[in-house]
Amino acid sequence: MNLNYLDFEQPIAELEAKIEELRYVTDDSELDIDAEIERLEQKSEELVSGIFAGLTPWQVAQVARHPQRPYTKDYLERVFTDFNELHGDRAFGDDPAIVGGLARFEGTPVMVVGHQKGRDTKEKVRRNFGMPRPEGYRKALRLMHMAERFKVPLVTLIDTPGAYPGVGAEERGQSEAIARNLFEMSGLKTPIVAIVIGEGGSGGALAIGIGDRVFMLQYSTYSVISPEGCASILWKSAEKAPEAAEALGITSQRLLDLGLIDGVIPEPLGGAHRDHEEMAENIADTLREALKALTDQPMDQVLARRRERLRAYGKVQTN
Amino acid sequence: MTTMSWFQRLLPTRIRTEGGNKRNVPEGLWTKCASCDSVLYRAELERNLEVCPKCGFHMRIPARRRLDSFLDEDDREELGGDLAPVDMLKFRDSKRYKDRLSQAQKGTGEKDALVAMRGRVKGLSLVAVAFEFRFMGGSMGSVVGERFAIAADEALAREIPLVCFSASGGARMQEALFSLMQMAKTSAALAELSRNGVPFVSVLTDPTMGGVSASLAMLGDINMAEPKALIGFAGPRVIEQTVRETLPDGFQRSEFLLEHGAVDMIVDRRDMRARIASVLAILTHQEAPVSQPATT
Repeated sequence: MNLNYLDFEQPIAELEAKIEELRYVTDDSELDIDAEIERLEQKSEELVSGIFAGLTPWQVAQVARHPQRPYTKDYLERVFTDFNELHGDRAFGDDPAIVGGLARFEGTPVMVVGHQKGRDTKEKVRRNFGMPRPEGYRKALRLMHMAERFKVPLVTLIDTPGAYPGVGAEERGQSEAIARNLFEMSGLKTPIVAIVIGEGGSGGALAIGIGDRVFMLQYSTYSVISPEGCASILWKSAEKAPEAAEALGITSQRLLDLGLIDGVIPEPLGGAHRDHEEMAENIADTLREALKALTDQPMDQVLARRRERLRAYGKVQTN
Repeated sequence: MTTMSWFQRLLPTRIRTEGGNKRNVPEGLWTKCASCDSVLYRAELERNLEVCPKCGFHMRIPARRRLDSFLDEDDREELGGDLAPVDMLKFRDSKRYKDRLSQAQKGTGEKDALVAMRGRVKGLSLVAVAFEFRFMGGSMGSVVGERFAIAADEALAREIPLVCFSASGGARMQEALFSLMQMAKTSAALAELSRNGVPFVSVLTDPTMGGVSASLAMLGDINMAEPKALIGFAGPRVIEQTVRETLPDGFQRSEFLLEHGAVDMIVDRRDMRARIASVLAILTHQEAPVSQPATT
């Protein structure tokens, strides 16, 4: 079993391994290897699109957490240029679970803030698996205020299992840090584009997630609680996570249908992890359009719309 | 959840009598303090706002009784009372959300977990909201968010302060991402008040956790807490599982929050009216209310 593939991706892994093998035997064979490879590659493509067309919400959650999925820094290299990382909350410390800084998007100045997960074990631990502590949110807020002051649009990239549940985080006011960001982002005088690139884990995601445009990558998730957490509370068993994922409606298309996000950014065939470059291009396409539309409007209008949108969240009935 | 003795376990179920150690007094006349175990006269406890007269332990208090004891008797108006929840996701876990709702509605007499009223405290006009913890753990879904926003709108329109008594486990899972967005909605409403110089006093009561703590409850111009209330972002059990160590005594209690700078003061429920009237009168440049709060 190839650990870089999810369980439902294993048939793809096998077929791809076979294709790789064939590439090495080209010389000593009478068969038309090129044609065979081409045939298998086509088969592989069909297999991938077949598998990905029928993903359950729980499987989508696995793709959103895929170990090879591009993280914020992968996009900082591909979507943006001139990235200058800025560190620290000026009060307590620097939280590596959130990265941020000044950059350019196709020449235009922007501020980028995003959750950051680690690729290898050491880096995963250093980044705390993308789970920020209060100083991370306060660093994010400092950068947001800077964006406002210097009139540069803010782009946030969301990818966290949630805010870190730890003793120190509670002591330093995890709740207040999240709440303060929601409060400040609702009135921040610069356009905000928020993109869920992987896991949108509850308040820890929302704390950098209020935007004038909110997008999700096709196989990302956004949820009030993780499927496992929900299952262990409501079903009293974490093994019911697939059912919880279904009930919570955590996928991009479902949330678009419910009117909670503005758009879905398509992923390369088989998910973002299969082609980081193509994924970055798709994000750039969406970002270009969104930033153009927002910067063409007077800021007062953008803010008024943002407030209307926040006020309208929710479904109630009167009787 | 009583543990059975070995003798009781030997008996066939039919022979077991229910509640063998139940008190032989009329239902509800006496009650026991959950903290000091004193047997308390129910009527006296009610007069004492559900605070144990013996040890000062603050028991949970229903939203409507909270507002009733907080506001002056005259000139009250309920806000958003006609709003009711919708099960738009047809959410079903071990139970249907619809059934959980009607059960909670029957049990509490409320349509959802927040009650909002405009009224007065010692003559000062204000808007007050209170969470009903018995309604699905005071969880915040669309109705809670909308009522909170309506309350904030009313405070803004009349330029009178907003006071919130929170008691909530957090966001309501059964309304999924709609619930999460109520954090954004309520925080945005408070930002609007702040921009317009309308004061917001947040009173955190037992318990205030998760999405409610990480939005409206921590955003007071003044944050007050009732004694020994559990207040935090992550639940203590989740933290224990994450850090794999037992948590110190008093962790995430009001006194811990005061020590770490998260709340301005701890206020006894019996002093709440006087204390809030005092700070709001100062913030709104009005005459001091008739009776002053006891100094603590």
